[in-house]
Amino acid sequence: LSPLLTSPPFSVPSAEKVDGFPRRSMRRARQRRSHSSSQFRYQSSQVELTPLPLLKDAPVAELHDLFCKKLQQCCVLFDFLDCVADLKGKEIKRAALNELVESVATSRGVLIEPLYPEAIKMISVNIFRTLPPSENPEFDPEEDEPTLEASWPHLQLVYEFFLRFLESPDFQPSMAKRYVDQKFVLQLLELFDSEDPREREYLKTILHRVYGKLLGLRAYIRKQINNIFLRFIYETEHFNGVAELLEILGSIINGFALPLKSEHKQFLVRVLIPLHTAKSLSIFHAQLAYCVVQFMEKDATVTEYIIRGLLKYWPKTCTQKEVMFLGEIEEILDVIEPSQFMRIQEPLFKQIAACISSPHFQVAERALYFWNNEYILSLIEENCQVILPLVFATLYRVSKEHWNQTIVSLIYNVLKTFMEMNSKLFDDLTASYKVEKQKELKRERERAELWRGLEEYQERRMQMLTEAARNQRNLQERGERGDTLNPSSPQTAHSDQPEPKPSGASSGAGESAT
Amino acid sequence: LREGEVSKMAGADGDDSLYPIAVLIDELRNEDVQLRLNSIKKLSTIALALGVERTRTELLPFLTDTIYDEDEVLLALAEQLGNFTMLVGGPEYVHCLLPPLESLATVEETVVRDKAVESLRKISQEHSPVDLEVHFEPLVKRLASGDWFTSRTSACGLFSVCYPRVSSTVKAEIRQHFRTLCSDDTPMVRRAAASKLGEFAKVLELEYVKSDIISLFTALASDEQDSVRLLAVEACVSIATLLPQEDLETLVMPTLRQAAEDKSWRVRYMVADKFSELQKAVGPEITKNDLVPAFQNLLKDCEAEVRAAAANKVKEFCENLPEDNREQIIMTHILPCVKELVSDTNQHVKSALASVIMGLSTILGKDNTIEHLLPLFLAQLKDECPEVRLNIISNLDCVNEVIGIRQLSQSLLPAIVELAEDAKWRVRLAIIEYMPLLAGQLGVEFFDEKLNTLCMAWLIDHVYAIREAATCNLMKLVEKFGAEWAQNTIVPKVLGMANDPNYLHRMTTLFCINALSKACGQEITTKQMLPVVLKMSNDQVANVRFNVAKSLQKIGPILDSNALQTEVKPVLEKLASDTDMDVKYFAQEAISVLALA
Repeated sequence: LSPLLTSPPFSVPSAEKVDGFPRRSMRRARQRRSHSSSQFRYQSSQVELTPLPLLKDAPVAELHDLFCKKLQQCCVLFDFLDCVADLKGKEIKRAALNELVESVATSRGVLIEPLYPEAIKMISVNIFRTLPPSENPEFDPEEDEPTLEASWPHLQLVYEFFLRFLESPDFQPSMAKRYVDQKFVLQLLELFDSEDPREREYLKTILHRVYGKLLGLRAYIRKQINNIFLRFIYETEHFNGVAELLEILGSIINGFALPLKSEHKQFLVRVLIPLHTAKSLSIFHAQLAYCVVQFMEKDATVTEYIIRGLLKYWPKTCTQKEVMFLGEIEEILDVIEPSQFMRIQEPLFKQIAACISSPHFQVAERALYFWNNEYILSLIEENCQVILPLVFATLYRVSKEHWNQTIVSLIYNVLKTFMEMNSKLFDDLTASYKVEKQKELKRERERAELWRGLEEYQERRMQMLTEAARNQRNLQERGERGDTLNPSSPQTAHSDQPEPKPSGASSGAGESAT
Repeated sequence: LREGEVSKMAGADGDDSLYPIAVLIDELRNEDVQLRLNSIKKLSTIALALGVERTRTELLPFLTDTIYDEDEVLLALAEQLGNFTMLVGGPEYVHCLLPPLESLATVEETVVRDKAVESLRKISQEHSPVDLEVHFEPLVKRLASGDWFTSRTSACGLFSVCYPRVSSTVKAEIRQHFRTLCSDDTPMVRRAAASKLGEFAKVLELEYVKSDIISLFTALASDEQDSVRLLAVEACVSIATLLPQEDLETLVMPTLRQAAEDKSWRVRYMVADKFSELQKAVGPEITKNDLVPAFQNLLKDCEAEVRAAAANKVKEFCENLPEDNREQIIMTHILPCVKELVSDTNQHVKSALASVIMGLSTILGKDNTIEHLLPLFLAQLKDECPEVRLNIISNLDCVNEVIGIRQLSQSLLPAIVELAEDAKWRVRLAIIEYMPLLAGQLGVEFFDEKLNTLCMAWLIDHVYAIREAATCNLMKLVEKFGAEWAQNTIVPKVLGMANDPNYLHRMTTLFCINALSKACGQEITTKQMLPVVLKMSNDQVANVRFNVAKSLQKIGPILDSNALQTEVKPVLEKLASDTDMDVKYFAQEAISVLALA
């Protein structure tokens, strides 16, 4: 949509475009601040904090009032990029936050209704901020160190307070829901894009608690997570918190009621499965596969959607991803129902055969390991009549051609297993292998022949059309001398599409073309 | 002969017996994706073979029914169908293409959908006004009220193409649909609507721009998601262009001011990025009063990303300021910010500034450049970040035009000489590329005195690209200063390197000879260069020897036939029986090219 959403705002310096190879190393060497924060926006008048009495010393009558004052005190934000700025103020806030955490966690009866808006306000002021642009526009979560949130010393305590607040036995969802509303949750979800893994870890636990306690927000949270994922898949390909959100979803799926609502099925088919297309799949694949298997265990009828979806998005060039897909397929097959297996065995084993013939030995090896899995083996045995013909030609060919000895010996084992399963079928296939090969070649030749014919036909037609257009033009010229020619007409001979649009009337043109 | 008849001619006689539809459809269904893709890419060939009638009645229904395939195949299909009008029988049948494209416009994958929308936009132009209302507009409506966000997203791109050509009742409906999508539940659709807002505004009547578009614009610009708000900034440019000047202040400016101070850096970044367009759209008065302070703020933004985007626009912004008080605005408002950016903490910001700052000299004139800008250029030339230095050097010519090369070289030469030995080879490369220009303007004497040594030093640089550029530089210098100058100053030094212990340097001699021989002429080549080349044929390093063969091939045409026969031929023959395979190869090649066999 916008260049900003699809590419990092900093364009690659022209010098680096000349040759790509030193980039990674240069990037490493580049000095980076490891801390960043957008939290602190210059406040025109910095408030001077003065220490308040300790909560534990306060008389019961004044406790709530003091608690409230401390919450207000904690709304003041500090500049952490300047690590020596206002050290006194930072320390006072840190101490206050610690006290608030301690108090919410240990004492009963502190959380009374008037404190809810104050507490939520304090949390909002501190945690809600536009996340800073990534220090490293090509941030690769697997390779690079994340940029850490500079204000973490305070932020952590605020998150801790929020968590204790939600987990407190005094916590009343009915009061909280007035303040923890949809707008609040939306902002909370946006924070999952934080590059700081510590922050995402807190957010994960907190969102899980919110989902568990505030029932009215559940559908909304699911919908917004959907939107985040869809944006990640189809628009930006960038969101740091996918793994954490999937982890929460894993436990949410676990709690879905049966039969599955169409909303949930739609989520599986239109969000979870397409998530497999992401470039950064490796970062959240474990959580994603867990969610997928959870769905299957809930309702076996979704199996076919899942397998067909995975086959649709099967990686074409990235072998690392292919290995992940195979791993997920094995997880799925581990829990598949035999009746479901029969529905998808055909397309599935065609893909598995393709993997076995991959020149990348890890892909071939991962696929061949399926035959070491007892449950899968039993499924294969039951359906040997269908599966063996699908994979036989590949196994036979690859056993003779593969460069890697491990693969060759694995294939021999698989062939041996098949021979033992159904020696009759095996012998038949061996006998007809050559004939099938010949048939395939013949089909290939016929295809080529067909296309040659089609293209010749097209050529002839184009010629006729050009000629027709030319005749027409001549006639027209003769008729209306002085009229300008249509300048685009002569080019039609070279274009793919016939588009003669001669104006004027002539019946001779059509005849001369045939 | 009407268009319909022509297209009948184009395909009415598709041969049934030769190409039964089943065979063709089998091709489109081939199990191998790659083959299937190839077939789809040649869909026009298939359609041509079928003829228009059967394309409409058999091929298109098949395509519409089987749209569940790999996205790559769907993408090819969406593209093909945009060029299919003639193949279905011309404009009167073009609506037959709508069903498959409608399905394609609802798929998840963005590229497929975008392509389908592109094709729909294209064929919308081929619909008659009646067909547009009967077939096309209902499709847009269906998409706009689809269940899943993808179809609604696609609808956003179709409103503007049908709006101008439908009746006023239908127009009202279209406006209503667009309004609905602007406040859609999903941010994806709101983003799509926001990105098409400007385009849609352009086809609307002015009264509706004022009544409808402005309220949508204001709403989108204060959306809860910054990804939507930032797209409204883009629309702002088109909308402001459409409105009369007197309405801008009340209808557009409040929103624009708010965007420039948005709490999300992404939105501010967008404002900075679109600043020149915005400036043109709102005109000189508002620029003076509003945009100048806004631009100052963006240049001082707390996010480096935003500062860099603004820094990139410094030159364009200044250029487009109203001429009457341009200089005053720049000197009092912009230049102070620019000065601060020169020592910014972020290298991207400095680098962005360095790529445009030189352009200010043209705007400010000679005196201001010398007094105010030169110190900044000097500071950036010495910046620790190579990219900043590089950007300054690559733009020296703008300053050159304003203050002249003398002034430029006096003030910048020391810095340039320093950069000639920069640790980053790309910086050295940029300097080398600037040498012929400098040399031409400074004259021979000045060059010999100040720069010659540098140029020779580059020949033994440890980076090949520098040595190569240095060689090429010498050639350009000789072209400027003539053969005699070459003979006295360059050739002896170049030939001296033939005895260097480092074979890479010996090879540089050969490369220089390759480059210089033509400019130096037959006399120098034969008398001075050739003997050295021939002597090097005995080099112990094979790479040198086969480069001797290559050099001989190169300079052969410049030599007279006597030298070729008596001196070159024996040496090449000797090399042709060398023990090294490559030496043999190049010697034989030279022999055959020079026709010495």
